[in-house]
Amino acid sequence: MSGARGWFRRNGHLVVFLLPGLVLYGLFMAYPLLTSLSYSLSDWHGLVRGAFSGLANFVKVLGQWPYNARFWGALSHNALFFALTLAIQSSLGLFLAALLSRKWRGFAFFQAVYFLPYTMSMVVVGFLWLLLLNPTWGPVAHGLRLVGLDAWVQPWLGQRSTALITVILVNAWHWLGFPVLVFMAAIQGIPREFYEAGLVDGANEWQGFRHITFPLLLPSLAMMSILTFIWDFNAFELVFVMQGASGAPNYATDLLATFFYRTAFGDPTTGGEPGQIGLASAIGVLMLIIIGAASAFGVRFSQRTQTEY
Amino acid sequence: MRSPHPAAAGRRPPDARWVGRLAIYLFLTLLALGFLYPIVLMVLDAFKTTPEIFRHPFGLPSHVGLETFREVWRRAHFGLYLRNSLLVTGGSLLVLLATAAPAAYALARYRFPVRGLIFLFFLAGIMVPIRLGILPLYLLMKHLSLLDTPFALIFTYAASGMPMSVFLLSTFFRTLPSDLEDAARIDGCGEYRIFWSIMLPLVRPAVATVTIVNVVPWWNDFFFPLLFLQSNTWKTVPLGMQIFFGQHLTNWSLVFAGMLMASLPLLAIYLLMSRQFISGLTSGALKG
Repeated sequence: MSGARGWFRRNGHLVVFLLPGLVLYGLFMAYPLLTSLSYSLSDWHGLVRGAFSGLANFVKVLGQWPYNARFWGALSHNALFFALTLAIQSSLGLFLAALLSRKWRGFAFFQAVYFLPYTMSMVVVGFLWLLLLNPTWGPVAHGLRLVGLDAWVQPWLGQRSTALITVILVNAWHWLGFPVLVFMAAIQGIPREFYEAGLVDGANEWQGFRHITFPLLLPSLAMMSILTFIWDFNAFELVFVMQGASGAPNYATDLLATFFYRTAFGDPTTGGEPGQIGLASAIGVLMLIIIGAASAFGVRFSQRTQTEY
Repeated sequence: MRSPHPAAAGRRPPDARWVGRLAIYLFLTLLALGFLYPIVLMVLDAFKTTPEIFRHPFGLPSHVGLETFREVWRRAHFGLYLRNSLLVTGGSLLVLLATAAPAAYALARYRFPVRGLIFLFFLAGIMVPIRLGILPLYLLMKHLSLLDTPFALIFTYAASGMPMSVFLLSTFFRTLPSDLEDAARIDGCGEYRIFWSIMLPLVRPAVATVTIVNVVPWWNDFFFPLLFLQSNTWKTVPLGMQIFFGQHLTNWSLVFAGMLMASLPLLAIYLLMSRQFISGLTSGALKG
């Protein structure tokens, strides 16, 4: 007893410093994330956990209609969401970052403007574009009619062929400023001597970018790609706000997170099938596996390409 | 071109370079219009009546008044939501800093047996979105009777901010010279005093970064309020506005005014201190 008391007198401050953080993080983050695995392996009756059911929930989500159709559909939508966002941020985003890093007159203004939408809530972004893209009253349709492009006016968010792409582009409008900022910070961290050395060797602008900037940016590009992957495989708000919990029209914009939400909490738009916690947890664990695998891969790639200077 | 950074200047004849420059500015301006114009429309339409929006979508408002904003404030309980958002964001920040700063300090400045293990435990969460644990979290909040209170949000936000904040703060604490502590200890300063009065003030830039990285997503978050809050009493701005927009979707004037009001706090902070805002966000992302 006195030994314990003596230890506490010497090291008590460590306990005081660490314990609140450990309790908060352990209880409200580590515990829920770890428990969701055991949730997915159990049978559930409403909010009451039943017996251990092995992989039954996973088998159902991956193999039984309609769950399998929803799951694979949502997964492919998330994949497209990520692929398109990544393509935009690594082409246009990287180009803008390389350009704006030159800090010509007025570039600070452009940078600030591109970042502006990122400060807005997804709820506002979703409703804003819902109104702007309204095919009857919206300014986009109005503008197209003014210049005689009536045929281009379509219910972009209401038809299967364009709904998902439109949501992805709205998301890119909101998001793009952030990767531009991150890439710019990375470019500005590259020592100038590298370019001066390139200049001596007779490199032109493109060669400078291709052989100096780009290789040194790879770790940041990889990190940004992981972040984008994580966010895009968690995307929820924009589809929920613009297309509803079922990803209208007819699940064309359904994502893993909206599928998860409907399964867990019931579907408010269709009058509510009751929540199925076991199935929803299985979806959550599958998302966790996908995200975990992708981050592990990305982090390794980022470390392999890291250069110290 | 005085500063050829980062890419070396081309060696084309001067007039060709001049044309290239013009093309670049033209491209950037067109792109800026794409980013800015929807927001400008939102601001202009907030001042128009709904028939006016439909008839003159690209025109200026015929008169500038605050009636619509007053109406939103009254009908959407905007004041209440604003208070709740401030309370939740401020409370989360307080809880996060009060727990993450001492933990990061202990992990960075002391040597003790399980230090590496605890650090790894915190770091493990850095790439894991807390949303994926929402079901156990929801039931936990239910058992603790925290559903429909701001504490459900405060604890969730603070806990999810821990990994990144502990990482950023401990990186900063580690760079401080140990002479500071040693001198204070010789003067008879206790461990708590050293932390609070000497070390903590020195990591103020890191605290600012932690604040910006976390406050922006918390303020805008819609997911956790949607699940944790049922009654109107504690709804935050994004959730309250989502419901309000859904109910008044045909009254565009009201919806645009509500959007502007919901966006204004962060827009204002961003415009006033964009440099701190940007450096905070990027250092958070790069170190993650």
